[in-house]
Amino acid sequence: MEHPSWAHINLPPIDYQSISYYAQPSDKAKYESLDEVEPEILETFNKLGIPLEEQKILAGVAVDAVIDSVSVHTQFRDKLEKMGILFCSFSEAARDYPDLVKKYLGSVVPYTDNYYAALNSAVFSDGSFVYIPKNVRCPMELSTYFRINAINTGQFERTLIIAEDNSYVSYLEGCTAPMRDENQLHAAVVELIALDNAEIKYSTVQNWYPGNKEGKGGIYNFVTKRGLCKGNGSKILWTQVETGSAVTWKYPSTILKGNNSVSEFYSVAVTNNFQQADTGTKMIHIGKNTKSTIISKGISLGKSSNAYRGLVRIAKTAENARNFSQCDSLLIGSQCAAHTFPYIDVHNNTAIVEHEATTSKIADDQIFYCNQRGLKTEDAIALIVNGFAKEVLNKLPLEFAMEAHKLIAISMEGSVG
Amino acid sequence: MLTIKDLHVSIDGKEILKGVNLTVNPGEIHAIMGPNGSGKSTLSNVIAGRDVFEVTQGEISFLGKNILPLTPEDRACEGIFLAFQYPVEIPGVSMTNFMKAAIEAKHAYHGTTPPSAGEFLQMIKEKQQLVGMSQSLTGRAVNEGFSGGEKKKNDIFQMAMLDPKLAILDETDSGLDIDALKTVAEGVNTLKTNDKAFIVITHYQRLLDYIIPDFVHVLHDGKIVKSGDKSLALELEEKGYDWIK
Ligand SMILES: Nc1ncnc2c1ncn2[C@@H]1O[C@H](COP(=O)(O)OP(=O)(O)OP(=O)(O)O)[C@@H](O)[C@H]1O
Ligand SMILES: [Mg+2]
Repeated sequence: MEHPSWAHINLPPIDYQSISYYAQPSDKAKYESLDEVEPEILETFNKLGIPLEEQKILAGVAVDAVIDSVSVHTQFRDKLEKMGILFCSFSEAARDYPDLVKKYLGSVVPYTDNYYAALNSAVFSDGSFVYIPKNVRCPMELSTYFRINAINTGQFERTLIIAEDNSYVSYLEGCTAPMRDENQLHAAVVELIALDNAEIKYSTVQNWYPGNKEGKGGIYNFVTKRGLCKGNGSKILWTQVETGSAVTWKYPSTILKGNNSVSEFYSVAVTNNFQQADTGTKMIHIGKNTKSTIISKGISLGKSSNAYRGLVRIAKTAENARNFSQCDSLLIGSQCAAHTFPYIDVHNNTAIVEHEATTSKIADDQIFYCNQRGLKTEDAIALIVNGFAKEVLNKLPLEFAMEAHKLIAISMEGSVG
Repeated sequence: MLTIKDLHVSIDGKEILKGVNLTVNPGEIHAIMGPNGSGKSTLSNVIAGRDVFEVTQGEISFLGKNILPLTPEDRACEGIFLAFQYPVEIPGVSMTNFMKAAIEAKHAYHGTTPPSAGEFLQMIKEKQQLVGMSQSLTGRAVNEGFSGGEKKKNDIFQMAMLDPKLAILDETDSGLDIDALKTVAEGVNTLKTNDKAFIVITHYQRLLDYIIPDFVHVLHDGKIVKSGDKSLALELEEKGYDWIK
């Protein structure tokens, strides 16, 4: 397979031979105390309001006390198990629930799907597994409590979520803290399967190390995320806030196979300095009366490049399918760029497909208005940007939304002058 | 409180204010009138610190301090408020968040403790009543989709929330209906105390029936060409500006 070149990104060739494809998670701490950690990182932790113990873990500092979340973890797992909900690492799932794994793994994203999916399928060693049985509503946002534990899942992560008939689950992925990692390339695969009238809500906040102000270093995030609305009346909701990574290549997509199935995609992507993002979604309508909504907000600062790429395909079979897409870009400064690449492919003339796109800049008089009320320009920009992204941020689970607001404010720093 | 001496201001090399002198003492209300394009909004923007305008000569001091080197936000925190002729929209930013940020900024500047969430909400309630602003407006995003008059009222609401020492109202009356005009004027009169001052820019005598000025100035071609008491406004209403040009 060839490395794909269609994305609107500039990337030096990756030496796939130099990548280590499996690393035993090490228990050895990088630092002995927080004092050794770069002050810049600690400052960000503090601004985000991350508790001290979590800061230590995130930064790779040795912790001697067993943290609460471990016991929280087991406590919740027990509670979930009583309801029949399975939530465990992928390796455990392969061992304990091989039938489910065999039935669904690769059923939405086959290894032949694309270059990075093939890479992931070949080498992935762990990830997360979620199974929600029939008629069960998962009573908590999965993975919030596991923020810390989920860190060492590595660069080729695999996630599989199965929601049986009439079930519901909300899954949170990621972390607002800036994640450092020696692994430059991340190629995860996420597969979601929603059966009859099931609903899966998948929220991501991604803030991996974007590289320094000159564009050196930083993580490449090439992830394949796809959901299958397999059952009638099923629903898949993607919400993402992307502020990190040097290069992001990501299109959470949904195949609307079941009749009356629904999918929504809400995205905020912030790029600063030399970051590059090519992100968007694909909505493939196959079933009758299927409905999709796409709301994408791109915010570009510095010398960054931010592209929305979206495909809406209405198959012949998709009677009365509907799509509404709205892509708004906000430019801050004069050296950044925003691009919109909407692809619309309609094979059934009963479909209604709407696309709206806007590009705007923060006006000087908006900033002055805020200044006049006492706000510093940097705070004014953060406020205006959060306002711009509000429709999407509102879709995040509450606890995540608060952090996302702060995260966006932090991403704006250094954008003035 | 505010002393402006021989103020010259240019934009893109074009001189707009050509030697303005003005002294405003605590407790006073000054009205500034004058034909379109004479420089009224420019003057108010320059006092507030808008940097597109270049001060080429002169001084502005506020409470004994030279404010020309201060940023607009520092001037705001010092107690200068501008109700804009054309308030801008800030989509998606709720009025509550906006006011909270503004009040917190002011307290941070002075090193004082901001109101608690409860106190803050109480304050919003009180002040919107004072200026006759409906609750549905404070629940929305800053000026987004507000009518012209609603935007003006919103600026007065913000003034009431921020409790400035000097408030400049740039044609706040334009676009307000008669009832709104009265409510806004009542609001101003309630807020008025011996240690505060107002500069009211207007084209119409009508507003000055409700907000009674101590002084009326006529700005013409970048200069204050005539000053007097409230009877000057009546005279202007009758005769226009021709006779003083
Ligand atoms: N940003 C700008 N660029 C160029 N010229 C400007 C700018 N702002 C103001 N001017 C000019 O400066 C002059 C004064 O404008 P200003 O807005 O201060 O007038 P005004 O007295 O407030 O008028 P009005 O009664 O119509 O509100 C006008 O000739 C205007 O065109
Ligand atoms: Mg004006």
